[in-house]
Amino acid sequence: MVQDNGKEQTLALKLRVWRQRRGQPGAFEEHSLAAVPTSASFLEMMDMLNEQLIKAGKDTFAFDHDCREGICGMCSMTINGMPHGPIPGVTTCQLHMRNFRDGETITVEPWRARAFPVLKDLAVDRSGFDKVIQSGGFITVRTGSAPEANNIPVPKPVADEAMDAAECIGCGACVASCKNGSAMLFVGAKINHLNILPQGQAERDRRTLSMVKTMDEAGFGNCSNYGECQAHCPKSITLDVIAKLNRDYLRARVKEFFSSTGKPSKGGD
Amino acid sequence: MNLDSKIPAGPLADKWNNHKAKLRLVNPANRRKYHVIVVGSGLAGSAAAASFAEMGYEVSCFCYQDSPRRAHSIAAQGGINAAKNYQNDGDSVRRLFQDTIKGGDYRAREANVYRLAQVSTSIIDQCVAQGVPFAREYGGLLANRSFGGAQVSRTFYARGQTGQQLLIGAYSALSRQIGLGTVKMYTRHEMLDLVLVDGKAKGIVTRDLVTGAVESWSSDVVVVCTGGYGNVFYLSTNAQGCNVTATFRAHRRGAGFANPCYTQIHPTCIPVHGEDQSKLTLMSESLRNDGRVWVPKNKADCAKPASEVPEEARDYFLERKYPSYGNLAPRDIASRAAKEVCDEGRGVGQVVDGKRLGVYLDFSAAIKRLGEAEVRARYGNLFDMYENITGENAYKQPMRIFPAVHYTMGGLWVDYNLQSNIPGLFVGGEANFSDHGANRLGASALMQGLADGYFVLPYTVTDYLAGEKSGSRPSNDAPEFKAVVKDVNDRVAKLLSINGTKSPRYYHKALGKITWEKCGMARDKAGLEGAIRDLQALRKDFWENVKVVGSGDALAPELERAGRVADFLDFGIMMCLDALTREESCGGHFRTEFQDAGEAKRDDAQYAHAAVWQWTGENQLPARHVEPLVYEETQLSTRSYK
Repeated sequence: MVQDNGKEQTLALKLRVWRQRRGQPGAFEEHSLAAVPTSASFLEMMDMLNEQLIKAGKDTFAFDHDCREGICGMCSMTINGMPHGPIPGVTTCQLHMRNFRDGETITVEPWRARAFPVLKDLAVDRSGFDKVIQSGGFITVRTGSAPEANNIPVPKPVADEAMDAAECIGCGACVASCKNGSAMLFVGAKINHLNILPQGQAERDRRTLSMVKTMDEAGFGNCSNYGECQAHCPKSITLDVIAKLNRDYLRARVKEFFSSTGKPSKGGD
Repeated sequence: MNLDSKIPAGPLADKWNNHKAKLRLVNPANRRKYHVIVVGSGLAGSAAAASFAEMGYEVSCFCYQDSPRRAHSIAAQGGINAAKNYQNDGDSVRRLFQDTIKGGDYRAREANVYRLAQVSTSIIDQCVAQGVPFAREYGGLLANRSFGGAQVSRTFYARGQTGQQLLIGAYSALSRQIGLGTVKMYTRHEMLDLVLVDGKAKGIVTRDLVTGAVESWSSDVVVVCTGGYGNVFYLSTNAQGCNVTATFRAHRRGAGFANPCYTQIHPTCIPVHGEDQSKLTLMSESLRNDGRVWVPKNKADCAKPASEVPEEARDYFLERKYPSYGNLAPRDIASRAAKEVCDEGRGVGQVVDGKRLGVYLDFSAAIKRLGEAEVRARYGNLFDMYENITGENAYKQPMRIFPAVHYTMGGLWVDYNLQSNIPGLFVGGEANFSDHGANRLGASALMQGLADGYFVLPYTVTDYLAGEKSGSRPSNDAPEFKAVVKDVNDRVAKLLSINGTKSPRYYHKALGKITWEKCGMARDKAGLEGAIRDLQALRKDFWENVKVVGSGDALAPELERAGRVADFLDFGIMMCLDALTREESCGGHFRTEFQDAGEAKRDDAQYAHAAVWQWTGENQLPARHVEPLVYEETQLSTRSYK
């Protein structure tokens, strides 16, 4: 932001940043940082802090980030207690310093969730999400076996609803914001994306059962409708995906029960 | 250097089918005996790894991110081209081929480009079946939009997140294979070197970014799909981690690097705002469908708010200069036109380093014509992103945009089979050089990544493996592997031991300043010669004075950055040398000495070839070789969009 005198407005900040090595307990470190331009992104502010640490010969803070345009889902950070910070609908990389005040103390922590162990400082292991997708978050279609694209008409409202859910970037803010560390918003988004499309029907029940089973095994908690996930989702995914996940799960379980032949269940394999 | 392009004989339209019919096969029962390494998990890498695993090969896939879903293909916004002709507006495979080869200013390999256009239609089929939620008409069929450099509507899109949705499609196919145990996925692993045994690529050496462990992996074939080198300019639209290390390390082991000077500057990015900026953000080219680009006619108006510049005092310079394509002129042309008006002193926006570097992208006419709701439906997420970054509402005042480095057309040299000059080293997606010539058209990168991954590499890699005895791959205890592991460990130790005074980011910024100023949108002999000298000095300084904090046995972002910057320094010299020795202008490569009143002036007699660089040793300039580009069916003409 440029002031009337043509100079960029800057902030002086106090930062409390989490420091931790893998498998060891962590603690906050306090640092001061001056002359942070209000036009800088939050991660650019962290870059400035790290450059200051290098000058002092100290180790930098490790944090995850990549595209810095809000789409790759790699950046995390709990800022003043809120995953991705105080502004709704943005990732940490798209949070700008004009949203903070001069002299403010900012607390920066990693995602806090049992299923996301800390790797170093602010970087956590989110491989639980990948495991959930690997167990069913796909439509089985071998390369080369697809029919002509327009043979599968998809009504526009259905395509739009699938797209709404498919916007999930897999960042994990839903888990980090949830008291239970639940991944239901993430799983619900993927279930909604695939289960409502005509292409996704063949594997609908199997997908739902398998993803829920893997979600539980990966250490994510249950949903008790706090709604924090919706409030902190940078892509504004809404709670109704969880309702639909519950519906599809119930449907699949009931069908599984009534189609049981007495042989051991294969659901979720 | 062996640069046999292996273009099949016969008419262009039959080459790929004839070639496929001759490629050798591997029996399904034997495929599991072959180990395929895929490096990178973007569109090309994920698609290739999933396809190889579906065929029955044992596959290992590596990426530096924490999940394969995060590769930078995800950031592509606008769309993907395919010659479906669903709009009945005259599209065809040949038309897409012609547009692409012309868009590349006749510096791409004809046969590769034709194949790309041919397989484009299968890509859409594949992605739709995977559940990619492309935009639809109310009848339920697929919608299209138009894009730069074409006069038909052939671009398929998923809001402003087409790359994300296509990557999630490829990631889901890959994930399915990981779940089945047919792909072993190694995330947070960075390829730091290539291992050759008897002249063939037989494995790689990686560093586990979490534990610091340096490990080697042996395989029957190595497929590198690690993207482009745009971050040699420091500020670009690339992700922070995008780097040239995998391809440059392969280059150091003997792989030719083709056309490094072909870099694409994208016209519609948010202008630079300050010194601490780490990244430039692209606004999709699709915005140019409805936005009009202008600057004030008079310098005196440049400091005024846009609303105070009357209609008759505005210069819609793209519409004026290129009436038939207007605001949809190809990227290189639109970028240069923006630079030109800013160099004349007619730029708008904030003054950075004494200049206003920005032009308006104005939606007021579109809002009047379509209504704000419709503009919001088409571009809402982009307007939100713009407001988020700049704090300005683009429904009320025009956006300000300026060109930024976006894509790199150069890459490792490959033949028609996408095999480099090192047998057993295949290269897909942005990492290779083959399809876009000197400039890439919008919505063609996604097309190429998926074409290589789904529909080309599975055939050509199989042909290579059919010639390799199954079970013949060396153990990674072999001396060749141990030697490369030692090289990598030595280099890591060296970086950590210099303990100088300047951070890796300092060098990266300094490198970017030189390359952007001297090898950016406009280049000339004196500037490039100076840049090479400056970069050599900077490289020397780096190896004496860099300070890398952190330790080798944990997550160490500064060590990662230092290694990448070191390779970028060597690479930057090669890029400038390539620009210096190509004494013509073509596509994104604009030498100010070679122009016709601002338009690129090609020299087909001297330069209708790919320049391929060979590594000659530490601190030596690389050697230049050429692959002549033979045009069998295309008439080379002056590229005009007027």
